[in-house]
Parts: sequence; C-alpha cells; structure tokens
Amino acid sequence: MMSTPLQLTDDGRLKHLLTLEGLPARILTHILDTAQSFIAPDGKEIRKVPLLRGKAIFNVFFENSTRTRTTFEIAAKRLSADVVNLNIGTSSQSKGETLLDTVANLSAMQADMFVVRHASAGAAHLIARNVAPHIHVVNAGDGRAAHPTQGLLDMYTLRHFKGAFHNLRVAIVGDVLHSRVARSQIHALTTLGCPEVRVVAPRTLLPRDVESLGVHVFERIEEGLKDVDAVLMLRLQNERMQGARLPSAGEYYKHWGLTPDKLKLARPDAIVMHPGPMNRGVEIDSAVADGTQAVILPQVTFGIAVRMAVMSLLAGGQA
Amino acid sequence: MKIHIRNGRVIDPASGFDQTADVYVAAGHIVGIGTSASDAPKDFHANQTLDASGLAVCPGLVDLAVRLREPGQEHMATLETEMHAAAAGGITSLACPPDTDPPLDEPGLIEMLKFRAKNMPGPRVYPVGALTAKLKGERLTEMAELHEAGCIAFSQADARIENTEVLLRALEYAKTFDLPVWLRPQDAWIGRNGVAHDGVVSARLGLPPVPVPAETVALSTLLLLVRETGARVHLARLSSRAAVELVRAAKRDGLPITCDVGIHHVHLSEIDTADFNAHCHLIPPLRSLRDRDAIRQGLADGTIDAVCSDHTPVDEDMKALPFQESEAGATGVELLLPLTLKWAKETGLPLAQALGFITHRAAAVMGVPGGNLRVGGPADLCLFDPAEDWKVSAATLASLGKNSPWLGRELQGRVRYTLIDGHLDFKR
Repeated sequence: MMSTPLQLTDDGRLKHLLTLEGLPARILTHILDTAQSFIAPDGKEIRKVPLLRGKAIFNVFFENSTRTRTTFEIAAKRLSADVVNLNIGTSSQSKGETLLDTVANLSAMQADMFVVRHASAGAAHLIARNVAPHIHVVNAGDGRAAHPTQGLLDMYTLRHFKGAFHNLRVAIVGDVLHSRVARSQIHALTTLGCPEVRVVAPRTLLPRDVESLGVHVFERIEEGLKDVDAVLMLRLQNERMQGARLPSAGEYYKHWGLTPDKLKLARPDAIVMHPGPMNRGVEIDSAVADGTQAVILPQVTFGIAVRMAVMSLLAGGQA
Repeated sequence: MKIHIRNGRVIDPASGFDQTADVYVAAGHIVGIGTSASDAPKDFHANQTLDASGLAVCPGLVDLAVRLREPGQEHMATLETEMHAAAAGGITSLACPPDTDPPLDEPGLIEMLKFRAKNMPGPRVYPVGALTAKLKGERLTEMAELHEAGCIAFSQADARIENTEVLLRALEYAKTFDLPVWLRPQDAWIGRNGVAHDGVVSARLGLPPVPVPAETVALSTLLLLVRETGARVHLARLSSRAAVELVRAAKRDGLPITCDVGIHHVHLSEIDTADFNAHCHLIPPLRSLRDRDAIRQGLADGTIDAVCSDHTPVDEDMKALPFQESEAGATGVELLLPLTLKWAKETGLPLAQALGFITHRAAAVMGVPGGNLRVGGPADLCLFDPAEDWKVSAATLASLGKNSPWLGRELQGRVRYTLIDGHLDFKR
C-alpha cells in the first residue's frame, strides 16, 4: 500500500527496509539469495567481505535490545563497515530532544545508514521520511508494527530447511497482537507464496481483523498444528502473562505452550522456530526447544547473513 | 454601517430559499433580502457594496467545537489567530470546549474568555463549561454559576468519567437547571491507550487499537441515563456505524437527544492512516469505510444533527512523532466549508441541505441565534466562491495549527467575505 514507495527508489530498488509489507517477491528473494552467498557451503561459517568498507553504520536504538543490536553490529563488521552504537533510550530523548532532532544530529555525523529500533509503530517510517537522501534506514523493530530483518531470517530458515514456500503449511503460535515479528512473518509468507499461514492464539492475543492479513485463525493449538510443516513460536512478554488478556503463565503453557505431544500433531519433519529470547516452560517446552526439530540456533546464524544482505544491498549500491 | 450585497446566490438552508438575490445589512441586522431593486428597504443608502456575482451568500457558519487554545495552550495557537482563522473559514458563531489549561471550570475563566473574545474581530464565542472540576470526572462544577457567566452547555471534552455514579449525578444536576450536557461517548477503559480503529489497518500496522465498543458501550450507558434522568444530552463526535444505529433507534423511540460528527469523519477512514500519517491521528479514530458510509447515511436520514470542525490546532513538533506518540487532532475551521461542499458534491446532496448541518442545525443544537437568513435577524453572513480551487498548505491556512490530513491537497470552495454582526470581519 502506501508504505511501499517510501522504501523503494523510482526504479524499484530497495532504498530503506522499513516493512516487508508491499515489497515484491523478487526483492525478498534477492535478499535471501544474497544472504546465501555470504554463508559457506557448510551452512555455518559466514564470510567476511569488504562490501561496505568506509561506510558508517549507526545502530540507533531508542529501545534497548542487546541481542538485535549485536547481530546488526556483527553483520556490519563482516561487511567491513564502521559501526557506531547509540543507545538513545538513555541519552538525548530523556533530555527532551525530539526524535527528528536526534536524527538530524546523527545525519550530520557522516552516517550512511541508520539501523533503528523504537518502541512506537511507524518510527522507522518517520525517520526515513526525514533523513538526508543519501542515508538508508533499516527498521530493527518498531513497536508492534514490523521487524523486517527477523521476518527475512525466518524466511531464510524456512527456505533452507524446506526448500520452497509454495507447498508449505505454517503455523505462527502466540501473542500475534503485540508482535512485530508475527506481522513481518505474515507479510513475507503471503508474498512468497506460502499457501496456508495459520495463526494460533487465544482471541485476546489476536488483532480483531487479523484474517484480513491473509491468515487462518485457530484458537486451539491442537487444531492449529495439525499437519503443519513449520511452527513459528512467538515470545510471550512477561507483562502479558497475567492480566486482562491471560490469567496465568501456567494456563497459557497448558493450552498454547509447545510440548512434544502437541508437536506430534504437526508433520513428522516439521521444524520449530523461535525469534528468542525464549520463555522455556511458558511458550515452549525445553524438550522441544532442545529437540531435533528445533532450528532456533541456525536462525541466529542466518540472521547475521540476512542482515549483511540487507545492508550491502542498501548501501553497497547493488540492490 | 450599511452594506449592500449584490447579485449573489443567496442560500438560506433553514427556509430552503436558494436564488440570486441582494441582501441588505444595516446596524448589525439583515434588513432586506430581495430579487429586485424594489426589495431594498426604504431610504437604504449603502456605505459599502459587495459584488457577490458568482458567490454564494449563506448564513455564517456555526461550529460546535473549536479549540481556541486559551487559556494555557498558547504554544499551539492563540485566541487572536484562531478567531481570525475561524472568520476566514466563514464561521460566525462557535462553541469552544473546556479542555483548556486550566479547564473552563470556573466562572472567572469564562468571563475572561468572553471578554477577550468580544474585544477582537471574529466569531461569537460560546464557551462550553467543564462538567466536572478539572475535567477529572470526580466533582461537579458550579454549573448554574458557569451558565450565568456564559456557558451554553457542559462537557468533558475528551476526558473520561470513570465513575458512572458521578455521570448519573452530573446529568441529574444539569437537568435541575435544564442545562444541556455534551458528551462524547467513550468508555473509561476499553481502548484506553489506543490510537487507531480496531480494524484491518491497525491489524497490519500494529497500532494500539480503539475497538468500536469503546464508543458503543459508553453510548448505551448514556442513552439509559438519558431515559432515567431526562437530561438534555448532545452526543458529540460519533465515529462508528454501530453508534449511528444506536442513536437512530433511540431517536425513533422519542429520546430527546441530538448528535454530531466531525467533518473529517465524513470523508476519511482508517485507510488514510495506512502510512502512519500522524495528521490522521484523530479522536475518535478514523474508522472503517463502512463506518464512514454509515455516518454519511446518518446525515442523509437526519439521525445526525450537525457537522463540526472539531478544530484542534497542534504545533508541528507534536505531530512530527511516531503516530501513537503524536498529539491527536486536526485543524478544521478553514476546512469545514470546503469539506462540506466536497461531501455534498460526492453524494449529490443539494447545497442548501448540506449547508444546513453547519448553519441552522448546529445553531439549534447550541441553542443560539444565527445560522439562518432572516430579515430582522443578525447579519452573520458567509460569502464564498463555490468554484474556487485552493491548495491546503501551511501558507494558505490562517490557523496556527497547520496540522491537517488535507495538506497538499486541492479543495474547492473558498470564503471571500465574512460578516459578523454586520461587520466585515474577514475578506480575501
């Protein structure tokens, strides 16, 4: 929809990565292919390349996230870029400087790219609309809206283990309502041609019109997992475990936690993914998290390659 | 001062009069309306003649909700700028909600506001007093005294009343003096931190939602309390189809209620928020196209009594934020007329009928004179060029609030002259 033109150049190349919604399949596939080129054939080692030598990448985190920031930092360094980490949550914003003032200031510091994490939906869009034309913006998570690199690394993982999307049945399980990860996954899966995307959660953790995103709703995990090829678990935030949406972590685990028994309802070769950090014993049983079907650690490795791909395509001028 | 307005298309929505005619103004009143020279009042010698060829001449607009931002919010706008902007929008009477800083909850504040407004050009200002002290929903204000000071009604603006006991007693107390209460139906809890309609767009964008029951639960409560107390209640800024249906049914049952909608909700929907445009962050939120169409239907069948600008000037910094952090509201006084014309054009509604919602019908809700063209009545007039195209921009808006979903877009219809009490308070 209207968000697409902002992240594409006039000739259809990627200028910013703000959301996966509206991006054509060819761009998503190109990012996955590029990521693949950074990974050694053994699927584990990631090459260091000089693609972004001399470029300055600013990790601008208005909301704390050591893990995400670290993966972006590693990815940038593997591309030979200069990396600056800024934890804005604890500095200028608390001194009353506006978001756009902060961005203007950072722009003046010879930045080529901002990797932005913010607690409010649309923050990355706002920044992209207001940066100097040569600066690229990568959304590293904005509110409940989007986490496009996470969505991409999940697509990479799916493709790596399952080969293609056109014959997949995928279940996303958990707090979809508050999840930027789920939204990015859904947009990517529907764009890449996955014929059946399910969301599995109690009604209290689903947006009212979630079906409009092109997903099938299952309130009971026993039905939602039936014959799926992949289970994409979502993290349940601590503050949501008790309140008006859920009575307790225990009841959630009993009904929506992924246990070995429930996983048996999926196809025998189904894979289990999780964006981390996991709440063992809340959304996922340790036996599943550490089991043979889990691909949670490969996700982390692929995440670095995917972020390298995104950054090199944006700032390396070869998108 | 005698003014002769010549050869305009004179439209009086209240009477249905709509033809080319002359209007004669003297001593603050309309002293004649006629199609030939012989209709001029005896011995009428104009000090000024306005050529209204090609212009529409209608009653000055009456606006149910204009935030003038005084006292206390002068960083967003001032009485002087917004009075001028309102006149530039053809508005000759306006009600201002009590959500100032401090809120309009003491007679002294009302007297000061009225005094300040009276001494500058621009519309007649009718303050709406706070229903509860500081708008906190806990203690009643001195409504009788506030009424004496000039409040035409009592409201909570966008502040909630959590305690329904207080709401019930406030309605009873207002009823004691037969004072009108204007309330926007809004549940104290549902959608409390929400910023966008609970629909397809918020599902996509992850914006915290305001479900329709936030409006309908509160509305149902209010309708029951109106039955119970007999209070004169006006329902402000309806936003959903379900709410329009509830009001339609209640009116059919003979409940003496009135209601309004904001002009932006007659046009826009959640789709307009789809690119996180903070200018479309409004209270109540823009809802689905179905809801918008139900609002249009409610206007067409008379369920909805009036349309207002819900003018909310907001400074630029407070809009240059992520959607959910931005200050809600849109500037409106200069867009009320062109957006009403746009709606009339889009729906095929006769011009006179559409103008009725921003003139005599709004005046009837407010219980104030004006809003019509009547010989002997006040000379509050709006002369506009219905064919003039203009682009909405920071430069073309007189209001200090440049916050509008319509920025950069062309609208048709522009005010050329505004007469208030027989004075030419604005001309372009």
